[in-house]
Amino acid sequence: MFHIYCPYCGEYREEEEFHPKGEAHIVRPEDPETCSDEEWGDYLFFRHNPRGIHHEMWVHAVGCRKFFNITRNTATYEILETYKMGEAPSITAESRDDRAAAEAETAEKQEGVRA
Amino acid sequence: MSQSNRLAQGGRIDRSRELSFTFNGKSYRGHPGDTLASALLANGVDIVNRSFKYSRPRGIVAAGAEEPNAVIQLGSTEAAQVPNVRATQQALFEGLEARSTNGWPSVQRDLMGVIGKLGGQFMPPGFYYKTFMAPASMWMTYEKYIRKSAGLGRSPMEKDPDIYDHLNRHCDVLVIGAGPAGLAAALAAGRSGARVILADEQEEMGGSLLDSRELLDERPADQWVAEALEELAGLDNVLLLPRTTANGYHDHNFVTLHERRTEHLAETAPRENGRRQARSRLHRVRAGRVVLATGAHERPLVYGNNDVPGNLQAGAVSTYIRRYGVVPGNKLVLSTSNDHAYRAALDWVESGREVVAIADARPEPVGELVEQARAKGIRIIPGAAVLEARGQNRVTGARVARVDLEGFRVSGDAESLDCDTIASSGGYSPVIHLASHTGARPTWRDDILGFVPNLVEGVLAAGGTQGVYAIGEVLADGWEAGSRAAGDTGFDTVEARLPNVGARNEGKPVALYQVPHEKPTLRGPKQFVDLQNDVTAAAIEVATREGFESIEHVKRYTAMGFGTDQGKLGNINGMAIAARCLGRSIPEVGTTVFRPNYTPVTFGAVVGRHCRELFDPERYTAIHQWHVEHGAEFEDVGQWKRPWYFPRRVEGRMETMHEAVARECRAVREKVGILDASTLGKIDIQGPDAREFLGRVYTNKWAKLAPGRVRYGLMCKDDGMVMDDGTTSCLAENHFLMTASTGGAAAVLEWLELWHQTEWPELEVYFNSVTDHWATMTVTGPEARKLLAEVTDIDLDREAFKFMDWREGTVAGVPARVFRISFTGELAYEINVQANYALNVWETLIAHGEKYDLTPYGTETMHVLRAEKGFIIAGQDTDGSVTPEDLGMHWAIGYDKPFSWIGKRALTRPDTARTDRKQLVGLKPRNPEVVLEEGAQIVFDPDHAIPMPMKGHVTSSYYSPTLGSGFALAVVKGGQQRMGETVYLPMVDGQVHEAEIVSPIFVDPKGERQNV
Repeated sequence: MFHIYCPYCGEYREEEEFHPKGEAHIVRPEDPETCSDEEWGDYLFFRHNPRGIHHEMWVHAVGCRKFFNITRNTATYEILETYKMGEAPSITAESRDDRAAAEAETAEKQEGVRA
Repeated sequence: MSQSNRLAQGGRIDRSRELSFTFNGKSYRGHPGDTLASALLANGVDIVNRSFKYSRPRGIVAAGAEEPNAVIQLGSTEAAQVPNVRATQQALFEGLEARSTNGWPSVQRDLMGVIGKLGGQFMPPGFYYKTFMAPASMWMTYEKYIRKSAGLGRSPMEKDPDIYDHLNRHCDVLVIGAGPAGLAAALAAGRSGARVILADEQEEMGGSLLDSRELLDERPADQWVAEALEELAGLDNVLLLPRTTANGYHDHNFVTLHERRTEHLAETAPRENGRRQARSRLHRVRAGRVVLATGAHERPLVYGNNDVPGNLQAGAVSTYIRRYGVVPGNKLVLSTSNDHAYRAALDWVESGREVVAIADARPEPVGELVEQARAKGIRIIPGAAVLEARGQNRVTGARVARVDLEGFRVSGDAESLDCDTIASSGGYSPVIHLASHTGARPTWRDDILGFVPNLVEGVLAAGGTQGVYAIGEVLADGWEAGSRAAGDTGFDTVEARLPNVGARNEGKPVALYQVPHEKPTLRGPKQFVDLQNDVTAAAIEVATREGFESIEHVKRYTAMGFGTDQGKLGNINGMAIAARCLGRSIPEVGTTVFRPNYTPVTFGAVVGRHCRELFDPERYTAIHQWHVEHGAEFEDVGQWKRPWYFPRRVEGRMETMHEAVARECRAVREKVGILDASTLGKIDIQGPDAREFLGRVYTNKWAKLAPGRVRYGLMCKDDGMVMDDGTTSCLAENHFLMTASTGGAAAVLEWLELWHQTEWPELEVYFNSVTDHWATMTVTGPEARKLLAEVTDIDLDREAFKFMDWREGTVAGVPARVFRISFTGELAYEINVQANYALNVWETLIAHGEKYDLTPYGTETMHVLRAEKGFIIAGQDTDGSVTPEDLGMHWAIGYDKPFSWIGKRALTRPDTARTDRKQLVGLKPRNPEVVLEEGAQIVFDPDHAIPMPMKGHVTSSYYSPTLGSGFALAVVKGGQQRMGETVYLPMVDGQVHEAEIVSPIFVDPKGERQNV
């Protein structure tokens, strides 16, 4: 069970207080009417599913009811940071390139022994 | 029966008291301080179970959680049954009743044993897959018989008399295991002032120090344990949890601890001062740092017939002698690859019994313990191992020979030794289970011949868990880990104070897992790797020959490490054998993943108090008590209990639901009815941009809705599909009240917040749930105005208070908002009052309503009435794939609104613009008696070959007393263009119903009745 720091409450709380809301930083096109069907389809349906660094949106559903973002490693479940809506992450897959490569290498070695 | 194996003295048992207990119906005696296992061994009970697959007799082999055989069923009554208890972990109490879980008709005379003996060749690995999988339809039949013969315990068939608790805890340092490493870690962290939890799974804390030969500060080790525990117990910042197993290590240092509080006292929790105690507690611990001091399990050697009762682990022999005063036999042969196991022989000899020989796999055994054994005159056979045990129900001898470890072969002539006990040791396997739960892969270390854990952030390991075994080093390692954990969580560490332990001169161990035999593995006697799952070395060899190279595949093919055992004893040996067969090293083969739970946890502990009436909260309206008193049947809507219908006693019997609903429907259509609609979701919306916001989240227009007016709104997701509907009232220029469906209210509020916070934070608007603040009563029917007029000061004139208006005033003397909206199609007023006035207002209405035959009605009547009008229920008539156009609600779509509201863009995607989408229609069954099944599939051609093309399905279906027939709402492909056509509904029983596609509005299509 995750231990999540709510950037609005300023405290760590149990995962039970939160709802996950999918990938973060999905921007609704400024003018939907000028979007092609493909662009609108991308916005509606297509999401990233990386192994490693992932930015995702959560809501402190039974706390302050605020939406915020989490940068999480989907392989280790480590939460690297949480930040408020409208802010940019300080850790990204690009900024973590070296480390991600090392992790990928470790993961490679462990292939074939996973249940 | 006498305790023939009980020593005259020694052990940590209370000899002043005797306890009686039964095993498989026979009575025995033991002492407080015994485990069920030590008491059984004291009484000379050799066979405790039959094995899972081959049904071979099995005895106790270990002394702790790693015991694979003595898995027993507890309980003297049906309600007290507990399966899968390890006898080695169950404290003895007066009157304990235990049974073998396996063995039919009995463990002594087992029918399956014959089959098992005959059937070695009939039951190769993968046996179940190969034999029983085809035909697939017979699997359930096979499985029943397999389970009957396999046992594995059973759950109680009666209600559990006990209660269980869950506790949430936080600490700076959680130390798991209270052996030397754990105690030292807890002292280091505790003295620093950190909040410490020390959990240990055994009856007593102290771990290996409780049966150690070592001296700490020149005194027996258990004296230091007692002092350490006394100090820890005196520290306010330290919580000691004995009899507590850390079963699961979850994300972010969340650990579940299962504390058994009464299982050592009685089979059901005894009362304390007349009050029930929790039988067990599940502590949900969030720790700053976790110190794993879980020690190591001794690894048995794999040799022929190593499962015959009387084959034990060397360490377990020492534990039984030193801790329980029990010698589990008379004549011992020890087979070892290391120094540590010599303690078993020394303890045996000091108990006054005979050690026949020690077969040491090392060509030149050296070390302090070896010298001590020599000094006692014990025969040591160097470079040798036990090849094979003799005996059936108990060991009668051992064949010992020199072995060539490099060549994996027997290199000398075998010698037969008479004995009744064989103890073996292949070294230690660190207990890495908890670290493995985190997903981190362990690392093989050649120097200790074992896997050590890789640690994720926030975890430390100490002592045996890390492959550190010398007692002095273990204490230092534990202290170091405890200090670091405290330091990491912000505490000033204190200087180490640890007892002096003399360093031991130890010989180096050799790697020995499977002992070679004169015959090849596939032909020789069975060499068991995993006793609980009956997996042999030959089975692993067969698996590798058949192409299973990944250890995970070997595991699944052979069942090694499955079940409650989780590979505690057998996994490393199994991997070593797979590695030998594949010509690889152990680290190349890798390890399987250990999963929670470490040892079985009862469902009671998992569930805690979240059962029966506390399973899920129930929500009641302010008028609930009245409904109960007036005989309502209730329906669950989300967590709400809503009146379903109000059956009456008519002509001496209670109405059926059908009769009650017909009466309630007629009352509303002909006179007046009243509904408790308090559960309707209500969201208060305020702010200068509230109106703009509504325009963006609803499909229709809100710019011109004046204060005092109400409007119906449809809400879509951005994919254009309907998610909810409801009315919203303009209370003031900047103030609105939105209603949402009972089940969807919380999701709608979160939806509004989502769009406001993430897309349009510039809009000044605020949302609040007021569902519980207001009670809602719907008065509806032709007489509604007359009734309401008697109790309100609001002008109800049809021109002054029109349909889709709302007014403020008093009803039954209390402030009220009255909304003239209708979900029945009749004249209707929804009266909202503060919830705490609601019961009085309701009763006032009921009293005044008597002369109008006012009839309370429930959700079933509400559904019939709304469906007659074609009013949808979001989530029943829609399913996330239905657009407003599909519902025929073009009138509720504001295509020309300036802002591209949620869902608009998607309505012009090619798929949503198709004309053959499933569209909402009414269905009129040809036979008026028929009420179609909700969910029934619709076809156009009933004579089409199966599979028929399915063209739609029924979403709502009822009998209408007003129409005198069944009727339904349905979604049908292109349905809006198919009015008058006939469709067919083939049913499971072979009947095919015919129905005509009609308008979904069955009653009062022009909507005149609600406007009267």
